[in-house]
Amino acid sequence: MCIDCGCSSEHVRVDNETHFCGSRRVSIEMDILASNNHYATINRQFLTEKKIFALNLLSSPGSGKTTLLTQTIYDLKESINITVIEGDQQTANDAERIRAAGVNAVQINTGKGCHLDAQMIGHALKKLQPQDCSLLFIENVGNLVCPAGFDLGEACKVVILSVTEGEDKPLKYPDIFHAADVMIINKIDLLPYIEFDLGRCIEYAKQINPEIEIIQLSASKGDGLDVWCGWIQQQQLLLLKGR
Amino acid sequence: MHEISLCQSILKIIEQQAAQQNFSCVKTVFLEVGRLAGVEPDALRFGFDAVMKGSMVEGARLEIIDVSGLAVCLRCNNRVDMKQRFDACPACGDIPLLIEKGEELRVKELEVE
Repeated sequence: MCIDCGCSSEHVRVDNETHFCGSRRVSIEMDILASNNHYATINRQFLTEKKIFALNLLSSPGSGKTTLLTQTIYDLKESINITVIEGDQQTANDAERIRAAGVNAVQINTGKGCHLDAQMIGHALKKLQPQDCSLLFIENVGNLVCPAGFDLGEACKVVILSVTEGEDKPLKYPDIFHAADVMIINKIDLLPYIEFDLGRCIEYAKQINPEIEIIQLSASKGDGLDVWCGWIQQQQLLLLKGR
Repeated sequence: MHEISLCQSILKIIEQQAAQQNFSCVKTVFLEVGRLAGVEPDALRFGFDAVMKGSMVEGARLEIIDVSGLAVCLRCNNRVDMKQRFDACPACGDIPLLIEKGEELRVKELEVE
């Protein structure tokens, strides 16, 4: 390092007077996530103006997110217009499953990316053209780590945990449980067959996030789906009334 | 491993600033990384070299400025040196604590030519 200006070059003082150095320091002071947050704000404004209730669904792979989503669509599509943004590293399989359930869906393939970001959602919204006062589901990439830090402009984050995953997930991946508004405990029909301490799981989640709402259900068998759909309808009503 | 996309955001910030602050080559990037920011410095370094290839930041040194975690307990007002997110207050056991420092993730300064 140069002892005169602190730059990384090894400058040698030639004539005891002038120090020639081509490099200089520039101050930046910019948040790395600022750009994502900027796009998220634009998305949120768009969604709020059109009174679209947007939910960001987060979980590890295999928790039953897409099954929950298709069942929710079957239960709600008669009463409310629904669109879906599907995020996966590869394939359009999930978007096809959603379209088969009878609603409009856009697939985003993140390639090497491990999460959806707000700019991707902005592009998808332009393609989807969701109706005013509708419901938008964003199914994030299956990952309990990275999506936690990326605001998409949604109204609520919903984290889905299935009982086959172990009750200590909220402690192991605290960021995502802290960021979520709702935790869904899925596959509760399997509880008699596995070792999963439901009480502990709820206790851990509350420990990380005392405000978190908890809904227990089985997406494939239908138990508890009415509570979940009821919650969505209630939140949507609050949005329409301008809470 | 969202460190790759963080590095892409860093590059974007630098490229925008290059036009405004009139530089064409970056020699050092000074980055503030809080201990509670959920970022692994080693993964960040790995991603940094890979992402910066072919850009004006290629070959630049990455200087990570470590920012330790500081939180305050809302029950007993105790100030806590926080090692990891969601630690309980060592005095009264209350959780969660209000984080005051340690979530930083910012490009602070550059050495440029």
